[in-house]
Amino acid sequence: MKSNRFEGLLPLVGVAGLLLVWFVVTWQQWVDPVLLPSPMATFRALWIGMNGGVLGFDFVKTIYRTATSTLIAAVIAIPLGIVLGSSEKLYRSLEFVIDFFRSTPASAMFPLFLVLFGVGDETKISVAAFGAILVILFNVAYGVMNARKTRLLAAKVMGASRLRVLFDVMLLESLPQTFVGLRNGVSLALVIIVVAEMFIGSQDGLGHSVFEAQQLFEMPRMYAAIFAAGALGYGLNLLFLVIERRYVHWTGK
Amino acid sequence: MDAAPHALRIQSTGVRSAPPVGSASKRPHVTIRGLSKRFDKAVIYDNFDLDIPRGELISVFGPNGCGKSTLINMIAGLIPPDAGEILFDGMRLAEIKFGYVFQNYREALFPWMRAFDNIAYPLKMMKVEKAQRRARTERLVARLGIKLDLNLYPYQMSGGQQQLVSIMRALVVEPEILFLDEPFSALDYEMTLFMREQLQKLFLESGTTMVLVSHDLEEAVYLADRVLLLSRHPAQVADFTLVGVARPRTDATLSDPEFVRLKAHCLDVFQREVRRT
Repeated sequence: MKSNRFEGLLPLVGVAGLLLVWFVVTWQQWVDPVLLPSPMATFRALWIGMNGGVLGFDFVKTIYRTATSTLIAAVIAIPLGIVLGSSEKLYRSLEFVIDFFRSTPASAMFPLFLVLFGVGDETKISVAAFGAILVILFNVAYGVMNARKTRLLAAKVMGASRLRVLFDVMLLESLPQTFVGLRNGVSLALVIIVVAEMFIGSQDGLGHSVFEAQQLFEMPRMYAAIFAAGALGYGLNLLFLVIERRYVHWTGK
Repeated sequence: MDAAPHALRIQSTGVRSAPPVGSASKRPHVTIRGLSKRFDKAVIYDNFDLDIPRGELISVFGPNGCGKSTLINMIAGLIPPDAGEILFDGMRLAEIKFGYVFQNYREALFPWMRAFDNIAYPLKMMKVEKAQRRARTERLVARLGIKLDLNLYPYQMSGGQQQLVSIMRALVVEPEILFLDEPFSALDYEMTLFMREQLQKLFLESGTTMVLVSHDLEEAVYLADRVLLLSRHPAQVADFTLVGVARPRTDATLSDPEFVRLKAHCLDVFQREVRRT
């Protein structure tokens, strides 16, 4: 019984352990301090950077790009996925194409998109959206296709029209799987955006921040930017989980 | 197959069987004529005829795979028959109000709606006004006297409660006929006993014609006004046993000599059909 009170703190054990190892390693100078700065130096850089520093600005830029690409992807992929999922023939005929491009690394599309959109934000956002679209599309279509047959029959027996069945049953049935797609989509979008910010003539963003700090050998700042990117990825995932718990309360029930 | 007498006239000994059903007092509610259905090579129904009397609870019982569920699914329009005609007082299915209760309540209810909205949903399909929907659902709940917290979501309820919600959802449109496909077979025994009582209560309360598929002979006889015993497929009426035991039936009914005799009779017919190759 006594242990219950502390169970909520268990995730912190790993964090504390990691910080301790990190601290000892840098304190004993087992690793070149240039390669691995101390936790204190790193968190100082993170604090300064996020409090009115450049890192905060880069953080917001990356959020903006990731959010925009995910939003575009969702707006395109969800309706398409519903259409695709509600017609097995249509899905079958497009399955290979979707699977193929889903398996293609989105980063391989950069040169093409550079030609199409130039070196601005459009390229980064559109490549990330491209990657996210396929992930979301696949999941939504899958969710619609796997709507419980009994539930569809039940709606039909109660006199629901095809359109009604689509909106009242299929759409809601597909929501849990749609959220799986959205979570994977936003994660992929973030990966693509950060990579794009590193290498595609970017002046800002977390990817740029990591890359620039590394080039200037400002290691605490580089680690700080990595942590900021990690926190962003984790936070976005958590955000979708919270939204899902709130609105798709029947998931897994 | 024997051409002359259709399935209806196959009579069995001892117990009075129908149809033609109680021709004096009751018109048949559902008339099935020339019903045929095959799945691939298996002929499930071949020129099948049946009259279902009005206001009675009919249990459908028979060997595994004989087409019990297929029969009610065809009557309820879930599966199209290959041939034949099913009429309700001379009307087609589309012209009448009916309810259907699935075996798998977990997949038949909508988990995104509270129980109350689940029950009211068929009214929405009938384009009843929102306030009206609310009033009618509340009226049904009050009339049935079922004590359930209808603000819960289905997944927050026990299996039996969920199936009760399913049944109420089927009843809310005031159906002329209610189909139940093994409604209690996913429930544990204790809950099944409780649900039998509930269903009997609902039946006595509403007087709706009910067609219940069951795989439990005791349940089939206990609940029924008549037990429709089907043969192996192509299914024919092996017997249409009248269960003249008084209602409401209780636990004592299970040891009532007449009930025991009827159950034994049904078992005989069933065994005969199972052994027939």
